[in-house]
Amino acid sequence: MARGLDLTATSIFIALFAAVTVLGFLGARGRKSDNGELAEWGLGGRSFGTLITWFLLGGDLYTAYTFVAVPALVFGAGAVGFFAVPYTILVYPLLFAVFPRLWSVAHANGYVTAADFVRGRFGSGLLALTIAVTGIIATMPYIALQLVGIEVVLAGLGIPGRLPLVLAFSVLAAYTYMGGLRASAMIAVVKDLLIYVTVIVAVIAIPIELGGFAKIFASVPASKLILAPMTTGNLGQQSGYATLALGSALALFLYPHAVTGLLSSSSRHVIRRNAVILPAYSVALGLIALLGYMALAAGVKSMPAYAAGFKAFGPNFAVPALFVQMFPSWFVGVAFAAIGIGALVPAAIMSIACANLFTRNIYKEYLSPNCSPAREGQVAKLTSLVVKLGALLFVLGMPQIYAINLQLLGGIWIIQTLPSVLLGLYTRRLHPVALLIGWAAGIAAGTWMEMQLGLKGSIYALHVFGETIPCYAAFSALILNLGLSVALSSVFNLFARNPLADATLAEDYV
Amino acid sequence: MTERGGNRRRFRLVHLFLIVPYVAILWVPLFNRIEPSIAGVPFFYWYQMLWIALGALVLLPVFMVEERDRKSE
Repeated sequence: MARGLDLTATSIFIALFAAVTVLGFLGARGRKSDNGELAEWGLGGRSFGTLITWFLLGGDLYTAYTFVAVPALVFGAGAVGFFAVPYTILVYPLLFAVFPRLWSVAHANGYVTAADFVRGRFGSGLLALTIAVTGIIATMPYIALQLVGIEVVLAGLGIPGRLPLVLAFSVLAAYTYMGGLRASAMIAVVKDLLIYVTVIVAVIAIPIELGGFAKIFASVPASKLILAPMTTGNLGQQSGYATLALGSALALFLYPHAVTGLLSSSSRHVIRRNAVILPAYSVALGLIALLGYMALAAGVKSMPAYAAGFKAFGPNFAVPALFVQMFPSWFVGVAFAAIGIGALVPAAIMSIACANLFTRNIYKEYLSPNCSPAREGQVAKLTSLVVKLGALLFVLGMPQIYAINLQLLGGIWIIQTLPSVLLGLYTRRLHPVALLIGWAAGIAAGTWMEMQLGLKGSIYALHVFGETIPCYAAFSALILNLGLSVALSSVFNLFARNPLADATLAEDYV
Repeated sequence: MTERGGNRRRFRLVHLFLIVPYVAILWVPLFNRIEPSIAGVPFFYWYQMLWIALGALVLLPVFMVEERDRKSE
């Protein structure tokens, strides 16, 4: 490193980290009704009201990696990187209209995971297992990326070595094990407040220092400022942008950690209210995206002090470099703590979500069908440790790019559960075998497109009637999946037993 | 449909509000331009930032109608 350890920033970073750790362990105690059951540890007893759910979902969905990677994409690729904003705009009408149904049916039947719901709705163990495994595999690299987020800020502080990363993660593992989702909820409150403070200060102070937003945008190359326009026979970047936003929005609440956040709320109305108030985080995200341009305008890329960081982390180092360049040391400590703690919350919830899936849909379903509720809770706790250890070893042992690539693939895979989970909320007429075939085709097509792209992006150009239509690979794969699921269902239903197996009732959904 | 009984949430015209953000955001040529810019911020950026707020606002009428229905049930 060209720069040494920043003592002031590091002290503040460590102090905030320690404070949050104490809070996490406090969250582990003081529960009225802990009976050691899975819904207690893994869903916080389904007890969170509107405000806590707002902090929890905000802390869960807007991850540390988002805060590093979104501005990095804007920094590197320009306007395309801004897709995170339309993506989060499109999420909330969907959350509002659809997901209260999932809450209701889960509450009525004691479901902890989306795969639980699919098991009950379609009566197919294989389909439920498929949903569960897809969820776990799509989430694992996401956890690893949170670690990458911590690594980036540690490098920004000038802390050498990887021991601090192991330390931070051990703390995370310990309080998740003890406190479950409640501990995450407490930490989410602090994390989100720190993020808001950092963002507000950043978007006021940095533009003033750089001479205003006009100057910042003027420093962006014209070709990057908006999307490449349509030409004859080619829709250009615009169809890629739209499908990227829509596909990401459709995928978000299929992720296990998002489902866990939703099901932990105390009523369906908490979810509806949150669909209205969660966009506050999107404002922060939009401003954070613009930090990418501020980093361009500040010219951190060409400064020798940050050369080592850019060499190790690529564009992901843009925001840490910008903060170090622009902020006094003590505030660098606050901002980096916001990102570092911001990594802990989603990582904890993701590991809890994976643990819930494994316990409910693999352990209880196949390994120990008669296990007691207390045993279920115990297995989930242990699984959360294994999941996090796996993510840690992955980040320590593999090049960073593997985690990034796998997370890209994870988005393509998780969206293939949409027909079973989302359409399943509205109709039972889909046939489980058709859903499985649709899923397999979607996974295969999506993965194939991604391989053709060499994992360098997710926009794959389709050629339809002589038109070139660049499209988010997850989205086109989903269309194939949906088409097969619906068409084959109508065929298979001709031969299906009547009535169709369905453990849920129509009145469970309202 | 194999759904048993009624008890489904009624569809109302106000629910069409939920589609508005999708039209405004997915029709990219509508906002893929630099002018009119505000204080040096290109249209592309401020339009989408504005829709974060508008996206939350269009949920409000739907929310309020549903709340009214819920209370009158």
